[in-house]
Amino acid sequence: MIIGIDVGGTHTDAVLLSAGGIEKKIKYATDAADLFHTILACFEKLLDGIDPKRIKRIVISTTLTTNAIVQQDMNPVGMVVSAGPGIDPEFFRTGEQYYCVSGSINHRGREKAPVNTMEINDIVQKMEKAGIEYVGVVSKFCVRNPSHEILIKRILNRHFKKVFLGHHVSGNLNFPRRIATTHLNAAVFSLHKSFFEAIKDSLKQMGLSIPIHILKADGGTMSLESSMSFPGQTVLSGPAASIMGAIPYAPKKQDAIVLDIGGTTTDIAFLVNKAPLLEPMGIQRGQYKSLIRSLQTDSKGIGGDSVVRVKDQELVIGPDRKGPAMAFGGPEPTPTDALIVLGLMPEGNAENARKGIHQIALELGLDDVETADKIFKKCCSIILKKTFEMIDKINTQPVYTVHEFLEGYKISPRKILLLGGPAPYFAKKIEELYHIKTIVVPESSVANAIGAALARTTCEISLNADTEQGIVTAHEEDFAEPISKTYSEDDLIETAHSLLKEKALNSGADPDNIDDVEVVEFQKFNIVRNFSPKGKIFRTKMQIKPGLIKGFEHILSQL
Amino acid sequence: MLKASNKTGLVFFPAFDWAIDPTHPEREERLLYTQDQVTEEGVFDISGIIEYKPEIVTVQDIRRAHFCIPDEKSITTESHLISAGGAKAIANAVLNKEVKNGFALVRPPGHHSMRVSHGGRGFCHINIEAVMVEYIRTQFGLKKIAVIDTDCHHGDGTNDIFWHDPDVLFISLHQDGRTLYPGTGFTGELGGPNSRGSNLNIPLPPGTSTEGYLYVIKNCVLPILEEFKPDLIVNSAGQDNHYTDPLTNMNFSAQGYAMLTSLLKPDIAVLEGGYSIEGALPYVNLGIILSMAGIDYSGVIEPDYDPERLKQSVSVTDKIKKTTDTINAYWKEKDELRQKTGTPGSFETRHREIFYDTDNIFERQKEKIRICRDCGGCFEIDSSASTGNHILGVHIPINACKACTEEGYRLFDQADKQKFNQVILQDRTKDLYEIK
Repeated sequence: MIIGIDVGGTHTDAVLLSAGGIEKKIKYATDAADLFHTILACFEKLLDGIDPKRIKRIVISTTLTTNAIVQQDMNPVGMVVSAGPGIDPEFFRTGEQYYCVSGSINHRGREKAPVNTMEINDIVQKMEKAGIEYVGVVSKFCVRNPSHEILIKRILNRHFKKVFLGHHVSGNLNFPRRIATTHLNAAVFSLHKSFFEAIKDSLKQMGLSIPIHILKADGGTMSLESSMSFPGQTVLSGPAASIMGAIPYAPKKQDAIVLDIGGTTTDIAFLVNKAPLLEPMGIQRGQYKSLIRSLQTDSKGIGGDSVVRVKDQELVIGPDRKGPAMAFGGPEPTPTDALIVLGLMPEGNAENARKGIHQIALELGLDDVETADKIFKKCCSIILKKTFEMIDKINTQPVYTVHEFLEGYKISPRKILLLGGPAPYFAKKIEELYHIKTIVVPESSVANAIGAALARTTCEISLNADTEQGIVTAHEEDFAEPISKTYSEDDLIETAHSLLKEKALNSGADPDNIDDVEVVEFQKFNIVRNFSPKGKIFRTKMQIKPGLIKGFEHILSQL
Repeated sequence: MLKASNKTGLVFFPAFDWAIDPTHPEREERLLYTQDQVTEEGVFDISGIIEYKPEIVTVQDIRRAHFCIPDEKSITTESHLISAGGAKAIANAVLNKEVKNGFALVRPPGHHSMRVSHGGRGFCHINIEAVMVEYIRTQFGLKKIAVIDTDCHHGDGTNDIFWHDPDVLFISLHQDGRTLYPGTGFTGELGGPNSRGSNLNIPLPPGTSTEGYLYVIKNCVLPILEEFKPDLIVNSAGQDNHYTDPLTNMNFSAQGYAMLTSLLKPDIAVLEGGYSIEGALPYVNLGIILSMAGIDYSGVIEPDYDPERLKQSVSVTDKIKKTTDTINAYWKEKDELRQKTGTPGSFETRHREIFYDTDNIFERQKEKIRICRDCGGCFEIDSSASTGNHILGVHIPINACKACTEEGYRLFDQADKQKFNQVILQDRTKDLYEIK
């Protein structure tokens, strides 16, 4: 049996799955101040009357790191940054302990200026004096040549508890994002570590000593052990859990929209042939940009509990939430109240709902039912407008080859999958207004926990070969090997594949679930100097796509 | 936080799957390291820098600037259409005021492509700036446009396309034609009889460094722009003046390019040549982008940059000053020069021979232009090429006067179809292209 737990902002959802389907499902109020007990309480309830030995897999998705970022409750981190020519790295300062140092590596990975060890020694003293325990080291183009980061780490190692290196974060180029991501990993490390060690111990006491998997923002899992180096990857795993939960109901070889309609916000994502779309570079939320692999999701400040008001004769919904709907004792009218007035939703105090909608009706000069209908339609149109904007943006993403320009895939969704509390009431209306087949995901209130439970391990590797310099590298994996001039495309793909498998298994993947491999990117260039060929550059990115572990989909599709 | 003080649009189209041939300078690898540098710098994440997807230009777009022989499809590949489409996408973003300025980092380049194009010359098949300028004039109705070509090679294609156009000021700064392809662009090449002085060619001696380039910009280009008052400034931003470029002999630098850009303040910059793909392009392109966006570029310095070694000699400085004086004098006299040319209503003829080095084509042209004081004047080009194609193209300029328009139609109607493979009318007043 499998346990999936998704800790959300207000509720924690947990499921116990077996080959026969959902054995148990629970919804538990999240105690934001004590996530540890929230999670333990869920385990206790799920395991009540169940032999712990029957549990084969545990996946947890938490808001621990997300909360820490929002509340600025993170460790102070020292950052050592070496940039070389280009934009002033001062722009990417992460805090007081941020040091720009000499040393430079160019785009081919060639050293252009050395590290000054005396300078690093000075910084060690300053950081020690400031009581720094965790340090991040990032050099520009370290993904091409990490030697400066490694050298600096050697100097720092004896002085600090843990040193995080930029080239381990991602194989992607993007120096400012790499600085932010390395900093994040270092800043939430101790919180993440103590939290999950406590969880692990408690589960052991309950008789659960199997490996724990943690959900990442890309909708895949990693083992608890591998999460220790990259705790930042757990950020925003919540929306990912829901999207993964919708996968069994997505059409094959077609595109689908996933809408998770919550109390305050609606999360929007897309599935292409049952696989979620990923952010091209990494998580970004407003000004915060990272290299953390993530599903392409966006949220709109509208949900069942959004405040409804009239401004300049116009109906305005959200983006704020003042409490639950009036029908459930809240202070302001909400879309939920409109649903009740329309007779679509049986729960709640209908009188209070009508009272709320009536205020709005008076201001608009309409009757109550007309007003409720108008609110409902407007909700649908706000959500769908944002969705279509996202589709346009995805379809106009820049491309860098003639082939992609001419053959580039354009998403055109044929189905909408709805999740979240108010979802069942929205489905019919959306289908009626937009003529797109719209269904509510079965068991939609715990689909997120199911998504977490069944998510497989994902990972990506970036491999570069440069036959002029005679080397093939995946620095993210600490992999570098000499190659000859005759190194070929096939060699590259073969190396990439074996590195990917190894990485997946090290991240806790089940050997039966590592065969859905995809070449995300492949590029080949002739290096020509003075009109004669000097070698070739090959680049590839290969991934295990986010998806569900085998053997459960058929059960879920029968729900 | 890093924020652009000017909203800047970028199109980045490195055409990673297209080359003239595998070891040609114009090959897949050309913008690879530039892409690596701008991606690693996080340029596309900077608030105020917006990346646009290139468009693809249509046959109609090309037909505003060219007579493509035998037709557009035969002499272009998709890559050319997307490269020109990159410039068009930036033009749309700038003219629709989505951004203040924009830079199209595209390949293949275009500035050696002339009005009549039988194929590739100087790695160019269609002129991406000219196609863009004509699109802007038709779509947005702008009248006066300045094209400043800072590629190290003379922008002879753009020079040719706007040769008779008094409303497009074309200024090219390039290495002296006696020492570099295409061997033209001398100070006396000032534009056609109706538009003398609207083409200015500034040849610079080999060994010109940052100092010399900026001297010409400050003492010649900027004052002339000030007087011309263009509605739009376009920079053909070739990057082969760099001290590491393998094809040229100049000593320009990334800092110099960035400073030139902040002095010139182009509304639209379009990448042209530049073949030092590792040592120059990553830094020069980054410098231009930051400069256009109004972001501090003082840290954009090539790792091996040594200003002492790149200092220009006194004799080079003297030559540049003399050339600048000559150009300024021509500019002052331009109205008189135009008055002096021929009798209005009569025709002036010129004969030319054009070699297409990339496609190995030889072309002979006989051009006849109507002398006119009211507009650029209509003209016809009788062009025969070693490919066997022989055409007559009649051009009526976009701001043509009534007499020139009528004369253009007369030339077209009178042309003997039997003598040519094609007789073509390019009537820019009606945005019309007709083949008989």
